[in-house]
Amino acid sequence: MSALRDAFLSAVVALGLFGPMVGLVADNAERGLTLRVRPIPVAVVVGLVFFGRLAALSLRSRRRSAAVASNRALAEIVTRAGKYVAPLLLVLAVALPFSGSRYYVDLGTLVLTYIMLGWGLNIVVGLAGLLDLGYVAFYAVGAYSYAILAQTFGLGFWTCLPLAGILAALWGILLGFPVLRLRGDYLAIVTLAFGEIIRIVITNWVSLTNGPNGISGIPRPTLFGLTFSMDGGPGTVSGFFGIEPQTIQRVIFLYYVILGLALITNWVTLRLRRMPQGRAWEALREDEVACRSLGINVTTTKLTAFAMGAMFGGFAGAFFATRQAFISPESFTFIESATVLAIVVLGGLGSQLGVALAAIIMVGGLELLRQLLSWMADQMGSPLFAGIASALPLYRMLIFGVALVLMMVLRPRGLVSGRTPTASLGKPKEISAELVAQGRG
Amino acid sequence: MLAVSGLTMRFGGLKAVDDLSFEARQNEITAVIGPNGAGKTTVFNCITGFYRPSGGIIELTHDNGRRFTLNHMSGHRIAATAKVARTFQNIRLFAGMTVLENLLVAQHNTLMAATGFGIMGLLGIGGYRAAEAAAVDRARYWLDAIALTARADDPAGALPYGAQRRLEIARAMCIDPVMLCLDEPAAGLNPRETEELNRMLLRIRDGGCSLLLIEHDMGVVMRISDHIVVLDHGRMISDGTPAEVRSDPGVIAAYLGEGEEDEVTA
Repeated sequence: MSALRDAFLSAVVALGLFGPMVGLVADNAERGLTLRVRPIPVAVVVGLVFFGRLAALSLRSRRRSAAVASNRALAEIVTRAGKYVAPLLLVLAVALPFSGSRYYVDLGTLVLTYIMLGWGLNIVVGLAGLLDLGYVAFYAVGAYSYAILAQTFGLGFWTCLPLAGILAALWGILLGFPVLRLRGDYLAIVTLAFGEIIRIVITNWVSLTNGPNGISGIPRPTLFGLTFSMDGGPGTVSGFFGIEPQTIQRVIFLYYVILGLALITNWVTLRLRRMPQGRAWEALREDEVACRSLGINVTTTKLTAFAMGAMFGGFAGAFFATRQAFISPESFTFIESATVLAIVVLGGLGSQLGVALAAIIMVGGLELLRQLLSWMADQMGSPLFAGIASALPLYRMLIFGVALVLMMVLRPRGLVSGRTPTASLGKPKEISAELVAQGRG
Repeated sequence: MLAVSGLTMRFGGLKAVDDLSFEARQNEITAVIGPNGAGKTTVFNCITGFYRPSGGIIELTHDNGRRFTLNHMSGHRIAATAKVARTFQNIRLFAGMTVLENLLVAQHNTLMAATGFGIMGLLGIGGYRAAEAAAVDRARYWLDAIALTARADDPAGALPYGAQRRLEIARAMCIDPVMLCLDEPAAGLNPRETEELNRMLLRIRDGGCSLLLIEHDMGVVMRISDHIVVLDHGRMISDGTPAEVRSDPGVIAAYLGEGEEDEVTA
């Protein structure tokens, strides 16, 4: 009986939500817009919610006790499979350019950029437990550092890359100082403001950054001094190796550059985690007061976390600038920070593999979903589906949102939620997420 | 070795500690006792740098004659250079880290120096491996001492309460302190565990570390303390050996709640 009532309530909520969204259509008529009412799709959606909820409730009551065990078993499987997932992903990543498809290499480059950003932010949020909503600021600092240094002093990508990282790290420390005493929500607000400040300064400091028009003509990276220009002359890759100049050579080169940068980020993070600095970050996340009582300088620990995270953000930013050859403040809005933070949270705070998986799903998956939907729309040639087919690609974000909500319901602490100890006397055991603190800032 | 003189701590209009002076001697167990709200934990927080005292001087002298004015030092430097370790009334372990990791975090400063502040360790040069092995050995020594070696790879948060208390003491000892401040170490322990704690504290004292102890369990206090300081309403009302304190009428009055006249005169 209570299940019936619950399902009825869900149906009412669905009616309220989907009634206006699905039931009302604005048509372009001769004399302006006209409103058309579609009761049948609404009835279908509400019916689906009603019976779906009923089915879910009866299923749950039957398997309530089994659910906990199966959840744990699932975690076990994920942990064990994790050993093979990471090498498999690496092999796939290295092999991707051999597909020869420019589309997939470009998509791979985008995904890897977000993986790198996620790994960088993971140091701050996942390890040190400092919630940072303005991570895009360091990405912007890196991108603009490279663009301005290259345009003003004519420096190349490989010279500017470390400089961009160092400049971003300095800004990370600069942000670190005012927020040292802040925790949790307060920290989040200040970092959010910091991200906006950087963007607004870039927009308005026209003499340096060219304002909203952005900087164009940013030089591409070189391979040991060889450029990827199309003329095939002596100073170019194609001229040196005696091959036909093609755009895809540069695209593939860029792909391997970001793959290398991301792997360096991962290597440094994994190594630091096993060293006193990384342990201090995690200890800080677990209990700041206890850290102080053990003689750990909380100030420097926080600042190094901000600096390291910012540095990798800066590297990624410099790469972004050289890949796009054009940057403008529009690329560094809050939604970027939110996406990267969502990748870290969805992946599981502190988990390198989880962040990589989450970036693949969030960035690659969204793009593939778009492809899938437009392919499906093409297949629905028959007039029966005519209305749905054209609208199908528009449901992309809705489907994606539902998928994200489902993921967080099923795995509330992220895809890979356990914590691997950094030292052990015997065989290391995975630590369950319930015991691991999420950091209060 | 630890000399507190004229220590005063005000929170707004409230004087939690009022002109307190006492001394804790080398290689002794000094207990600070008193009714609830007497200001014991406040005194601890002042000594270990978690509060900055409103007035007074806290001075610590090491064996080699080095002196530290604790009331001018920040919390982490009191632990790192003056070598004063502490535990907390409500246990503060790193719950999501293993027992071993808890003990390694405590050796942060030693290890950090060995990694060349992260840079050399990252590149794999320098003596970090040797330092890490030494740190694990020290951790192993304390794991044996608190009988937790078998659980070294379990998360600290999964340990039973008594074991968490022992681990917190071991973790504090891993910073190699000259003085260990314990805030109610026997709270919540059963009689057998209390007995083990007593033995452990005496062993720590005999190992050359002085102890400062807040405790409500008079069984612990009277049996192991060399020297007792009694506080009430932020003031010292008695100071002496366990036998002296036990027979002090002022102490008995404070504990039995015969405080009416006291408050009027105060």
